[in-house]
Amino acid sequence: MTRYLTDFLRGLLRCRRGPWEMLATIFIAVGVVMLMQPLAIVLFSYSFVTLLIGVVMFLIVSHFPE
Amino acid sequence: MAGPSVADRIADRAAAATPMTVVRTVRGLTDRAIAWIFVAPTIFLLLAINIFPLIWTINLSFTNYRANRLTRPAEYIGLRNYERLLTDPDIWHNMQVTAHFVLWTLFFQVVIGFALAWLINRQFKGHGFWTTIIVLPMMLSPAVVGNFWTFLYQPQIGLFNYVISFFTGVDPSSFDMIGSVALAPWSIVIVDTWMWTPFVMLICLAGLRSIPESIYEAAEIDRASPWRQFWTITVPMVLPFLMLAVLFRGIENFKMFDLVVELTSGGPGSVTELASINLKREAFEKWRTGYASAYAIILFVTVFGLANIYVKALNKVKER
Repeated sequence: MTRYLTDFLRGLLRCRRGPWEMLATIFIAVGVVMLMQPLAIVLFSYSFVTLLIGVVMFLIVSHFPE
Repeated sequence: MAGPSVADRIADRAAAATPMTVVRTVRGLTDRAIAWIFVAPTIFLLLAINIFPLIWTINLSFTNYRANRLTRPAEYIGLRNYERLLTDPDIWHNMQVTAHFVLWTLFFQVVIGFALAWLINRQFKGHGFWTTIIVLPMMLSPAVVGNFWTFLYQPQIGLFNYVISFFTGVDPSSFDMIGSVALAPWSIVIVDTWMWTPFVMLICLAGLRSIPESIYEAAEIDRASPWRQFWTITVPMVLPFLMLAVLFRGIENFKMFDLVVELTSGGPGSVTELASINLKREAFEKWRTGYASAYAIILFVTVFGLANIYVKALNKVKER
């Protein structure tokens, strides 16, 4: 687990596509859940910003080297 | 020696008929330029039909423009439309209704669709006939399906209530699928599942038929049980097809409009009012075009984001 986290952070620092895409995916997934959850309207309010960050990040980092 | 072919003769005749001015112009162009000339009409159409409306909608989402007041100039109001949308409890409710509809329809369509494909793939007698029968609902218009299911759901005369009554013993007129707040969300899930399960079934069937028989034979030589063959051969090899079906149905159901409007019109109250139905009301009944544009952009970004994740997951599964 620690090794995986180290690789992930190293990939982020070296601007590698895999870890950055993973981060963007997390943002999108969290944004969608926030948009559609029935628990708190505050989460709904911030869902679009989260989603947008994820989508823009995904579009940019998909051009990073492998 | 054979003479020139028909295609050569046509090409020669076309070349001879081309005016010299055009010939001189084309002769000076590079292959790349000629390729661009051929592709340009398609790019132009794409820009005019897809990209321009998208950019225009983004632009409108920052204004208070109303399409029914053409003489009043639109004012830029910054992010106010987004702020109002994302703090509106009604919009929040619509999103939950959409999530309920999308998740349950996907679940039922995948489970039933895969099961049907697996059965049809057994090649029993008359499987071609049954495939045609199963695929029929998918070929109907959503307006027709919505209309006849409203009759099937009628508490007094509807066949659906009588079938439920036959199996459970409940009085058929004691429940109203479309009129009940508790049952209406399920009524639209049932109809969409009925209509679109064949689509998932067809895609799964294509996946099942693409698995070479030799893999199963090798597994049998290794004494793998049918259960193990199913989980280690059938499911992994059908998974990319299944994921593709989920992607198509997920995007379609997120935008679902016609079927639900015909069935319930979003009622009773707003328990079946999906985001797309509410969007249409905002845009063409309340004529809040700027506000509706912001709403459309939120839905677009959501679908676009989900599709991105999904395509990435699909590629990973294919690589395996």
